[in-house]
Amino acid sequence: MIRFEPRQNLSPALAIAAPVAAGFVALALAAIPLAFAGAPIVEAYRLMVEGAFGSLFAFSETLTRTTPLILTGLAAAVAFRARLWNIGAEGQLYAGALAAVAVGSGLIDGPPIVMIPLVLLAGALAGALLMLGPTLLKLKFGADEVVTTLLLNFVMLLFVQMMLEGPLQDPMSLGWPQSAPIIDSAMLPPLLGRMRVHSGLLIGLVAAVAVAIMMRRTVWGAEIRAVGENAPAARYAGIPVTATMVRVALISGGLAGLAGVGEVAGLKGYLTSDLSPGFGYAGIVVAMLAGLSPLGVVAAALFIASVFVGADSMSRGLGVSSYLADLIVALSLLCVLIGGFITRFHIRWAGRAARTVRP
Amino acid sequence: MPDPRPIVLRLQNITKRFGALTANDAIDLDLGRGEILALLGENGAGKTTLMNILFGHYVADEGTVMVAGDDGVLAPLEPGSPGAALAAGIGMVHQHFTLAENLTGLENIVLGTESIFRLSRRTGPARRKIGKVMADSGLTVDLDVPVSRLTVGERQRVEILKALYRDARILVMDEPTAVLTPQESDSLFVTMRALAARGLAVVFISHKLGEVLAISDRIAVLRGGAKVGEMVTADANRRSIAEMMVGREVPASRRVAREPGAVLLELAGVSVAGAHRRTLVDASLAVREGEIVGIAGVSGNGQAALAALVAGLERPSGGAMHLFGAPVTRHDPGHFARAGIARIPEDRHHDGVVGAMTVAENVALEELRQPGFQRAGFLRFGAIRARAEAAIRDYDVRCPGPDTAARLLSGGNIQKLILARVLDRQPRLVLANQPTRGLDIGAQTEVHRRLLAAREAGVGVILISEDLDELTALSDRIAVMTGGRLSETMAADTLDRGTLGLMMAGHRDEEEAA
Repeated sequence: MIRFEPRQNLSPALAIAAPVAAGFVALALAAIPLAFAGAPIVEAYRLMVEGAFGSLFAFSETLTRTTPLILTGLAAAVAFRARLWNIGAEGQLYAGALAAVAVGSGLIDGPPIVMIPLVLLAGALAGALLMLGPTLLKLKFGADEVVTTLLLNFVMLLFVQMMLEGPLQDPMSLGWPQSAPIIDSAMLPPLLGRMRVHSGLLIGLVAAVAVAIMMRRTVWGAEIRAVGENAPAARYAGIPVTATMVRVALISGGLAGLAGVGEVAGLKGYLTSDLSPGFGYAGIVVAMLAGLSPLGVVAAALFIASVFVGADSMSRGLGVSSYLADLIVALSLLCVLIGGFITRFHIRWAGRAARTVRP
Repeated sequence: MPDPRPIVLRLQNITKRFGALTANDAIDLDLGRGEILALLGENGAGKTTLMNILFGHYVADEGTVMVAGDDGVLAPLEPGSPGAALAAGIGMVHQHFTLAENLTGLENIVLGTESIFRLSRRTGPARRKIGKVMADSGLTVDLDVPVSRLTVGERQRVEILKALYRDARILVMDEPTAVLTPQESDSLFVTMRALAARGLAVVFISHKLGEVLAISDRIAVLRGGAKVGEMVTADANRRSIAEMMVGREVPASRRVAREPGAVLLELAGVSVAGAHRRTLVDASLAVREGEIVGIAGVSGNGQAALAALVAGLERPSGGAMHLFGAPVTRHDPGHFARAGIARIPEDRHHDGVVGAMTVAENVALEELRQPGFQRAGFLRFGAIRARAEAAIRDYDVRCPGPDTAARLLSGGNIQKLILARVLDRQPRLVLANQPTRGLDIGAQTEVHRRLLAAREAGVGVILISEDLDELTALSDRIAVMTGGRLSETMAADTLDRGTLGLMMAGHRDEEEAA
């Protein structure tokens, strides 16, 4: 018989080692479908590593992918800390992108010092407002935010499509459903010459540090942790649970909205309805991989991004499906969940020597 | 004159270690046929471990469990096998009942004794056997209604019948009176006496010294894993047992006569329309400076609603509530705490602390936004730690340090942490809801001392408790709650256990008659 005994304290080393190991296990497990696809396995892994890190260009592509994942990962991490299950980062990302385009594609003009903060603010605000609704419904009526935020993703995507074929359609697009381009003074400047990686990455890093400081060092952070870990006790102690939840919702939605701003104003330059290949959902994986730690989110986002970019390059090189990347991401989530379980418990094979928790 | 009873259970030199901790240290214990043995000890004294060894949940590192067979000869019990323990006639009535609520009493009793390979169920023989057990023991209960419709006392009878149905010759009862009214307890004691007279050997685990003295033949006391004393109940008294349990003198909690001052909290016809069993109906109560007002009653009679009201969690649906001389306009826990109410929640794990946060953060939990603990929204960890260190020192919170996660603390230390959090702020009114439930004598004494000290300092205290000894020892006045209604308060000195018990049961009888 196997016994699971809860560990008293999780050492920081183990807390970091477990998700790292889970990532490697997930990569190793990807060998199975690779073998089924008939691909040379060693070559496949080499192409993956090279595709993600093999050159400055490859690495800059990986960083470009990392940028939105940091922000959506933070959005999920902050919300999950308060047990607010925001599955709607995808929709909030589109809301942010939509707002950035609405404000930044010629409606107003000004120098970058005005325009860049303006599009960032508009995007964050739009994402935040989109998360506010489900949260208020949860607090008022107990509506399950998993369902409402998830469904809002589709509502938002359809709304974006409607806008792109209507009011926001670029008159010069020859009928393509895409928005007018963001004006130059509202574009986030690139970081490395002619490469695609843009200063949205810096926004993501700053946001990660800011969220880390908020969670650990501030009254807000302590209140969020208290509400998430034990809402009845927080309420009993006089912590304003409703206000805390609303605050978390606004921060979480705002972060996801910023991810959308980065994608349109940093990368694409205009909005289409295929802006995000699921960054919002991948953010959930990122947050779980990171154990909801804001700084861990940066590392986890880099890992997921390199899997995507690496698998892309591998699939081009070997002719296997790039869905393999999705598979590795899914596997790593499963591995992290299993790893998390294993690290929370001592596993003991019961026998005469079985140790039990002190009664 | 030692009783010449035949021995049915003999624990010999039982030792059980968990790492560095010795939970049971060479314990010897004999139990005679028809004997009621009280097993006493503070939390962590090793009672539960010993019983778990008896039932085969744990295997002792040393020592043997011997049980008398049908021929009366002691034979060692196979270690680590709950099945063997059941087969040897050892039964247990847990403090928290282990009944399936959607099944009837009959189904619960036979559950687990039937072959799983039989498709049909023949209840005839089982029913006949239970009928005989009921007739022999004097325990009666309706077997054909779902357990969910039975009262707590009736459920306990089902538990006992379940053990007897399995031909238990040794019955372990873990704090069986914790959930009963005094009258139900008395009737349980009559049953226990009757069962013992028919030869059942009973191990009675309890915290309540009065009951132990009333019901047991012999008392064994555990402390720190070792048996520190054993005595015939007739030779024992409350004080000597308590001291044996704690290992030092227990200062009696004494109330000094004192004139109460101004009214702090006044309820005039207040109702609270809460969820099921959380209603308060037309309650009137005044709590003044320097007095302890006790609220007696069986759990689930509206105490939760009263506590939620005074804690700021619920608002009245009718009536008037005055606090510190002014009508209450804002029903909010934080507001109440800042206004000077120290609130000790009933469920200290669920409502009292955030287990994943540190001791320091939990001590400061009510005051995170106070200027002393934050500047511009950033926590002042120095001040928070200093406050926690003072709390750990002054309230004797046993923990490795202020950075320990609160969930690692024992129940008694969590309660001390909460006391430190709420009492150190010079409150004017204290709400103590079941403040000593589940605590050992040492921690109980500490809680009582703190409440009396608060009263001395002119603080008003509302003490909600199910422990009548606690209520009569501490309270100046006592009111009784039944069915959401609060009686007039009566001077505690004029009340005895019997009167209180009748008042506590009164409404329930009316309800059952109706």
